[in-house]
Amino acid sequence: MTDSSPEPRPEPPRLRGAGTGHGRLRFTLVVMQANDVWLVVPLYNEAKVIGDVVRTARASFPKVVCVDDGSTDDSAARAEEAGAVVVRHPVNLGQGAALQTGFDYALTDPAMRYCVTFDADGQHQVSDVEAMVDLVREGQVRVVFGSRFLDDRTEASGLKRLVLRMAVAYTNLTTGTRLTDAHNGLRVLERGVVERLDITQNRMAHASEIVAQIGAMRFDGQQITYAEAPVHILYTDYSKAKGQSLWNAVNILAELIWR
Amino acid sequence: MSRQSVIQIILIAATLAIAWRLLAGSGQRTQAVRRLGLLALAGLAVYSIIDPSKTWTSLAQALGVGRGADLILYGLVVAFLGFVVTTFKRFREMEVRYTRLARRIALDEAVPVREAFPPDRPARPTPSTPTPKGTDAD
Repeated sequence: MTDSSPEPRPEPPRLRGAGTGHGRLRFTLVVMQANDVWLVVPLYNEAKVIGDVVRTARASFPKVVCVDDGSTDDSAARAEEAGAVVVRHPVNLGQGAALQTGFDYALTDPAMRYCVTFDADGQHQVSDVEAMVDLVREGQVRVVFGSRFLDDRTEASGLKRLVLRMAVAYTNLTTGTRLTDAHNGLRVLERGVVERLDITQNRMAHASEIVAQIGAMRFDGQQITYAEAPVHILYTDYSKAKGQSLWNAVNILAELIWR
Repeated sequence: MSRQSVIQIILIAATLAIAWRLLAGSGQRTQAVRRLGLLALAGLAVYSIIDPSKTWTSLAQALGVGRGADLILYGLVVAFLGFVVTTFKRFREMEVRYTRLARRIALDEAVPVREAFPPDRPARPTPSTPTPKGTDAD
């Protein structure tokens, strides 16, 4: 997965708090331009919150595709009511598979220029997405990864922090990228990057697989450019109750090694 | 070289061969080799049933293992490891295929983009019922 080219990698630009102000003019521009942005939302048993998540997101980004990964509740119907396109997996395949399905769907829209991966449980902020899309639109980078560790807005417990740090250290080591948060569900990807992605890790290890594939991409022989942007993850009681347990870190590691 | 280490080398080599199989592809040759190996194993099994003590015990002693039963146990452990690895690999391949199939079905049944967002109207109309796509989007 990693490349062995001898030239040193350019340090990715790391932007702090970029584009968080929202004037009226800027807002209008976002609404006008957002037709080339698709939000890809893997959806699994989130009927309680998905309606509000989709409605909030569609105020800024009208094109939302929810990939229902065999939910046993009425998540798909709630998402559809809220105006999202719903693609239904006939059986449960996993979050990585759902993301790839969402990418494949978004690629059928010739107007799509950017894909945003967005969680269904309401942890992500649309204002963060706006800042990240603006950053990609500037044209300096093809990918923007969200990171919880570029500022201190996100409140995570010490143990969770430690596990996430270890996961990112392992990912950086094996993929040759330099990130501060590899298991963040919020990313903005340019169309060319989406076309080249092929996620085969159906379960948890897809986050590292995405980083690895992006890290290995070359455009016209050049190392891909990417950046990180600070994002605020809201750990609500709801998401905490549903959240990945720390045991999952073991599973992620195992799936990475025995892929 | 002691006789004890002969069996060790053989078992290590077999284990490494299994590990190599994990990485190597499964082409026609691999399949042919597997079938020949199975045939040879069957032949050996029949022969050892006819004359158990001579076959296994003499082979075991030649390799530095005390009893034929021990040799069979060692062989089984290695064979089982190989089975686990092969099965895991096959399972992964099957999962990838099955995922592709499920994804194809999901995408074919989804509302096409041109219906959800007609090019002349920027906002999405009321959700319509999913209709299968006429042509393959790939």
